[in-house]
Amino acid sequence: MSFLEPSAHRRRRAFKDNVFKYLCYASASVGVILLLVFLVKMYLDGRERLSLHFIKDSLSARPARTGIWEAVVGSFYVMLLTGLIAVPVGIAAAIYLEEFNRRKTRFVAFIQLNIANLSGVPSIVYGLLGLAVFVRWMNLQQSILAGALTMSLLILPMVIIVTQEALKAVPSTYREGSLALGSTQWQAIRHQVLPSASPGILTGIILAISRAVGETAPLIVVGAASYVTTLPKGLGDKYTVLPIQIFDWAGEARKGFNDAAASAIVVLIVALLALNSVAIVLRARARKKLSM
Amino acid sequence: MSSAPSTYENLAGRAKRKLTARGFSEGAVKWICFTCAFVSVLTTFGIITVLITQSAPFFRQVPIFSFFFGTEWAPTREPASFGVLPLVTGTLMITVGAGLIAVPIGLLNAIFLSEYASAKVRGILKPALEILAGIPTVVYGYFGLFFVTPLLKHVLPDIQASNAASGAIVVGIMILPLVSSLCEDALTAVPRALREGAYGLGATKREVTAKIVVPAALSGVMASFILALSRALGETMAVTLAAGSNPNLTFNPAKSIETMTAYIVSTAKGDAPTGTIKYQSLFAVGITLFLFTMLMNMVAQRLVKKFRQVYS
Repeated sequence: MSFLEPSAHRRRRAFKDNVFKYLCYASASVGVILLLVFLVKMYLDGRERLSLHFIKDSLSARPARTGIWEAVVGSFYVMLLTGLIAVPVGIAAAIYLEEFNRRKTRFVAFIQLNIANLSGVPSIVYGLLGLAVFVRWMNLQQSILAGALTMSLLILPMVIIVTQEALKAVPSTYREGSLALGSTQWQAIRHQVLPSASPGILTGIILAISRAVGETAPLIVVGAASYVTTLPKGLGDKYTVLPIQIFDWAGEARKGFNDAAASAIVVLIVALLALNSVAIVLRARARKKLSM
Repeated sequence: MSSAPSTYENLAGRAKRKLTARGFSEGAVKWICFTCAFVSVLTTFGIITVLITQSAPFFRQVPIFSFFFGTEWAPTREPASFGVLPLVTGTLMITVGAGLIAVPIGLLNAIFLSEYASAKVRGILKPALEILAGIPTVVYGYFGLFFVTPLLKHVLPDIQASNAASGAIVVGIMILPLVSSLCEDALTAVPRALREGAYGLGATKREVTAKIVVPAALSGVMASFILALSRALGETMAVTLAAGSNPNLTFNPAKSIETMTAYIVSTAKGDAPTGTIKYQSLFAVGITLFLFTMLMNMVAQRLVKKFRQVYS
């Protein structure tokens, strides 16, 4: 053994180094592998039922004939209403915290902490809030409005946080330039800050809304029906959403319903992926623009 | 955070003081924005008030002691029994099991992303994790019921159709992206100088990572674990489907159990009329769940704060 060869101690360290490296590689591949297994499994289970008819047909108590149209429409309305409520409120709140209070007062710090706490509250607790306040106290019953209000409260912290991030990314020279030309603070926000932050805000909002589309638990608590055969026409109507159908069908004993659940999952995931890819493209564009 | 007023604030202040129509609408906008920000405070207030007032009648009928230490949860039986322990152990089994899966894999995943991966590999891994994080939880439930449990059946032939093990596994997968991305943030925040100092002394990559970087980021890493576990604690749909709704006081992962969240969902689904003890029990379980997650989030926030003070 020549003295140039690494010592036993040295080799042991190199060996440990390699083992650790491969552990890291293995862990990193777990995520991608799981995602692939997921998508393949869902596609295989759901493929038989999947067709345009499946989407456009009414819900039915017979597994072989059921479609998901009422659930698709319900999910769309809940998404739309939630967006209409949560987006303006969330953006305004973020503007208050980021723009009107550039020097953080104690009160702003309190609201900030409060928002951070709210984003950690389990979604089902929002369901209980909605049940007591919207469904019972305001007597909205099991209406689509009660569902959308509950969902709005759920995604509000997320909308506020992402909007704040987008506003923070706008250089303060934009604001100062505008004010130096004699605009008021609101004019500076309205015409300079918001337009340049808008791609970032939009990205965050899409992600927040796609979370609302996939969320199930609070809607079950505020009484979304699991079986309706009429489409919601007004704010006070009964409704169902896609994730609730999936939940119901997955828990059914009949195999036909389980397969229908898989098909509905494929539809839901495709819709969410479409939403997410729009968000990713927008984000890439926003980064490019602000880094110029 | 507070600093001397900048040019920006001076200019803004001057515009505000003008008693003009412009100044008035300026004030109105500010008030509207304030009201919207206040909605978040109202939400917190609402959650706490609702949980307390709605569960108060429950605790008048069921003593707090027998609620927290009772070993039998049978709300529909006559006479009903409301001992929350089976639900708590069910929840903890899922949380601990999910942590056993997500914590080591998530941490190693984050180490890979921050220390080993090239920009190109990161470009594939990060979006994959983001998509995994965006999959609705009810889908994870389906996955547990129809993929994980059949797999587990090969190992444990007498496993029940819905069981704690498959619930814990799917929740573990679900929180994996969260652990990984939060840990990665903590690891990348560690200054380069620390790594280079260790390399300069002849340390290998593993030694630098395991003995310098991870300990330096420890409070951030711990915070990410706690946040992820509190997510697992409050997770509902996946566990309702995969782990079942049978309140068993058991530590056997092959058995069907019921978590606190699963109880709320399955009871609320069957429409509990106002004023009944069933309705009130929803809020009693809700407040228990809320206290658990609040506690965990507060600990995590402490840790993050400590971490920020060190490196900024």
